[in-house]
Order: sequence, then structure tokens, then C-alpha cells
Amino acid sequence: MILLRLALKSLLSRAVTVSLTIFAIALSVALFLGVEKLRTGAKASFADTISGTDLIVGARSGGVQLLLYSVFRVGNATNNVTWQSYQDIANRPEVEWSVPLSLGDSHKGFRVLGTTPEFFERYKYRGGRSVSFADGVAFSDLFDAVVGADVAAALGYQLDDQIVVSHGVASFTEHDDKPFQISGALEKTGTPVDRTVFVSLEAIEAIHIDWQGGGRAQNTISADDVRQMQLTPKAVTAAMIGTNTRLQIFGLQRWINEYAQEPLLAILPGVALSELWSLIGVAESALVAVSVMVVITALLGMAAMIFSGLNERRREMALLRAIGARPWTIMLLLTTEAALMSLTAVALGMGLLYTGLWGARARIDAAFGLYIEITPPSPREWLVLGGVILAGILVSLLPAIRAYFLSLADGMQVKH
Amino acid sequence: MKAAIDLKDVAFTWQGRTRFTLTVPHLSVASGEKLFLLGQSGSGKSTLLSLICGIIQPQRGAVVVDGVNLSTLRPSARDRLRAERIGVIFQMFNLLPYASPLENILLQLSFAPERRRRLGHAQEEALRLTAALGLEDQLVLNAQTTELSIGQQQRVAAARALIGRPKLIIADEPTSSLDANSQVAFLDLLMAQAEEVGATLLMVSHDARLARHFDRTLDLTDIATTKRHTS
Repeated sequence: MILLRLALKSLLSRAVTVSLTIFAIALSVALFLGVEKLRTGAKASFADTISGTDLIVGARSGGVQLLLYSVFRVGNATNNVTWQSYQDIANRPEVEWSVPLSLGDSHKGFRVLGTTPEFFERYKYRGGRSVSFADGVAFSDLFDAVVGADVAAALGYQLDDQIVVSHGVASFTEHDDKPFQISGALEKTGTPVDRTVFVSLEAIEAIHIDWQGGGRAQNTISADDVRQMQLTPKAVTAAMIGTNTRLQIFGLQRWINEYAQEPLLAILPGVALSELWSLIGVAESALVAVSVMVVITALLGMAAMIFSGLNERRREMALLRAIGARPWTIMLLLTTEAALMSLTAVALGMGLLYTGLWGARARIDAAFGLYIEITPPSPREWLVLGGVILAGILVSLLPAIRAYFLSLADGMQVKH
Repeated sequence: MKAAIDLKDVAFTWQGRTRFTLTVPHLSVASGEKLFLLGQSGSGKSTLLSLICGIIQPQRGAVVVDGVNLSTLRPSARDRLRAERIGVIFQMFNLLPYASPLENILLQLSFAPERRRRLGHAQEEALRLTAALGLEDQLVLNAQTTELSIGQQQRVAAARALIGRPKLIIADEPTSSLDANSQVAFLDLLMAQAEEVGATLLMVSHDARLARHFDRTLDLTDIATTKRHTS
């Protein structure tokens, strides 16, 4: 008890160095916990990119690849799914709903997705949230377009603005004969939806109707004429499927994967997402490793501070010895000081983190679509916090052991 | 009556860059005696005091304090014996600067439960001692240790050495930082209190003028020999 009082008073008497040391550890602890929160938040956000969809169907390739191009709009499909195959799947008795996805064109670097208005009802993210309109409505006219939040923000689009879709993902050929009008803009979701321009499936067909192979045909068809034509697509890129009951998912998946007319692939989005995350997981570990090193650096800083204080405290230690303290007691005093510093630092670090989270959460969500839940530390985080205190004590053993031997060698008076 | 301190055929060598050997063939201090030990700096007085306090152990011979041969004790028991039976006053840096004067006095008792038990109320006893040594209660209770003058600090250190009635007070140049008037005043107060608690007083100083206040005076060069040898 007396040791605790002494340690406390001794620390208070060196308030400036001690508080700087504590602050350094507190910051490192806050950083570590912040990285943990961001990491779990990012992982949860990522896993919640798409929910409510039971299967994603595309041409046969890899599961991760299908997920990348159909959900994340990264890369391209190697093949399409014929409209006939899509119809066969959509008409299966297990299928409650299906939303076709047609990709391939772009607008100023953003992907254009041809789909049905049902997409906005069926696409769910972050545990079942629906996409909602910040402005306007879903497309109803053939040449209506809906823009995601990032598209609207980056390009400064308003309702009723005219936009032109480019052919392909990176080309200079524009479908400028058939411009679109923006009918709606979506709220920020933090998913790839934000970076997508949505048009109807028929519109995709319409802008390509006078194209053959890779280029425009000689006799073009005007935007007005195309409205009179049959615009059923010949193929789609992928489709989102919802089944009547979850029990039917695997049966339907098998049926699609064994579909004889065309090589198809059906994946469960959750499984593919976790496969994809395991690829990204390397960066995750790197982030954790860096923040662990920051914590270690701060703790070594504390050890250095205790070490540098030893010399000027030799008199103090000799005095304690003279009035009857055992060398062991002096060692314990230094270790108690370190434990008190680490404990304060951990508490302060947690305070910093939670005030930071509380203050920045809304902004992080708006800017990155990353929703960080403010939860009490997880068992893993408690373990880490305990570990920091323990490491602080262990690190202080180095100067404490030195103090032990110094106090033995110095005897009653410090020799000069 | 048994001796408070008894050294026989003691030799101690500091193991360091410069080896230094202190030899004390015989030194005996009677219980209750006030002994003045005259010694210049470098005469081995700190080494002698460290031996008596049991902080260092002689390579040869026996140091007996209050009837206990220190060599027969384990290190922790020697530390305990020092805490319980000895009070120490140095020339300076007697106090922990971050603890209050009162806490500095009471700190001695936290290492010496028997001394603590001998007192009814520790704080009252501390204030009684400081009052007897000429310090105001307010100063002991409320002042910062760093605010005290050197003379005041020495009195606080004396109170710490005296609290709980130790058998032996060891004072290493306790007056050397004080001016001439304060020296005598401090010595008088220290002696009166040592007498009152019935303690033996061993004081080491280079200042021969102080010797007249003591029962007996010894010159360190007469009782001990030192040898320096660079190895």
C-alpha cells in the first residue's frame, strides 16, 4: 500500500515526462484499438456488401471472379448467359425472384449496369437494408438512368441531366446518338452501388441494336425508332436469384451448375465474399502488425524513460535502502510505477478511442460507407489491453533489475 | 551490559575499478553511549557505516549489532534489522522530495512493523518529535519537502531516525550542511532526543570541534586502516 502511494507521488512529481510517456502509450493503444474497430467494421461492411440474395448466376468461371464482376464491378465476364438460359432459371419453381444484370458499358469511368427496376428492391446490404433514392425515382422510360451516390457527387449530376454512355469499359466510342436522362439518384450505401449508373435492360439492348461485332453498323437506328422495336436482350451478364425458402438454395445451385445447354455457375454470395476477404486478409494482418509495433515502440519509450531516470534516482534508492527497504522493494517500486503508467495509458487510450469513434462515426460512414459499431471491447481487445499492461510491467523489469543491482552496489550512499 | 556495536577483525574490500580495503581490528560501542568518530572524507567512514548497517557484508570478521551477528542473517533479515533497530541521518538528500515531511517520517515505520507497534499513534509521535526538534506542526503537515530549508530537512530526518525508539542512531556528517550556530543547536536537540528514546548515538564527522558534545571520541585512523590498490 505504501509502495503504491510512493509510486503515485513519485510519478506525480515528474508530471511532464510521465504524462508524455503515458500519452504516447495511450495514443498507441487508441491506434491499435481503432485499427481493430476499423478492421472488424470493414470486414462486416464487406461481408454486408450484398445480402438477401441467395445465389448469383453467371457464365462458368471462378466464384470470386463472378462475385467481382457482378457485385463489385471489377473485371469483366468472360462469357454471357443467354436470355433463354436466364429464362429457364427464372422460371424454376424454387425461384421467388430474379434480377438480371447486364454489364459491359461505362460512363466516365463508372460502370453502367442494365437491370430491372426490381433491382432497387432486391439489392440489400448491411444486414438487409434497402437502397433508397436521395432524389427522383427509378427508371421508367427507355432512356432513363439512375446514378449512385458517388457518381452523382463526383460528376455533379442533378435530376434531368443528360448523360451519354460509352461503349465498353475503356473506349472512346460513345453511344452519343442515344443519350440518357437522369431520373433518380441513390443514397450513399458504402457498396459498389454508389459507383454505378443504372439503366434498364432494354436500354442496353437499344444502344447496341445498330452495332455489329465491335463497331457501329452503316445504317443507324435513331433513338425514336428504337422505341418501336423488340428490345428483349439476347443475353445477360449475370443474375441475382432469390429462392422461396433457404432450403432450396443448394438444390437450385446444383441444378444450375449441371445445366446442360450452357456452362453456368451459381454461387452463394456469402461464401464467395469470405473467399475474397481471405485474399484481402494479408493487408489486414499487415495493419494489425503495424499497430502492434506502434504499441511496442511506445512501451520501449517508457522503459527508456525509466532507465534515464535511474541515475538521478540513485540517491532516492540509496536512501530507501538505508531506512530498511530491501532491494526487492526498490525493484517493486519501479515496476509499480510502470504498471500505474500502463494502466493509466490503457484507460486514456480507450477514452481517446471511444470519443474519437463517437465523434467521427457519422463522418466515416458518409465518406467511406464504413459503418463502425460502438461496442464495448471484445474479449480479444480486453486480452490485448491486459497484454499492454503486462508488457509495460515486463519492459520495466529491465530498468528495475538494473535498479536492484545499483542499490546493492551503492550501499547507503551514492559514490561519486 | 551488551554492546550496541561490536566489530572484531573486520575486513571489507570494494570490488571495483579501484579496489579499496577497510580493516577494523576492533570497535566496540556501549549501549546508550554517544560516540564521536572523527574521520576525513575518504577515510572509509561510509564503508564502516554501511558495514554496521548491514548493507554490505565483510569478507572477514564479525559485525555484531545489538547482540546480533549480521553475518549469520539472510539479506532480507539484515534489511529488517536495519529498519527495526537503526535510524540513519545523512549529510543531505535525507528525504524523498515527492513525499511530504510527515510521510518521510512515517515511511521508516512501514519498513519496521515492530517500531510501528511500539507507538500508539504514529502521526502524534512524529509531531511530538518534530516539535521537540523545533519544527512547527504546520510545516511538517502541510509544507512540500522541497520547500524546507536544509536545517529543517535535517530535523525531519532526525525525527525519522528517532521515531519508534530504535536502539541505534547513525549520523553521517549530519551537521556539515548547516552553519555553525545551527550545528550546535541541531546536535543538542538530537542528543536530547536520543537520550530520551534511550538510543546509542554514533556520529561521524570531519569537524573535530563537535567532539566536545560527546561521551567519547575516536579517530577513524586509529581504529581502522584503509588500503587503495589499483589492480
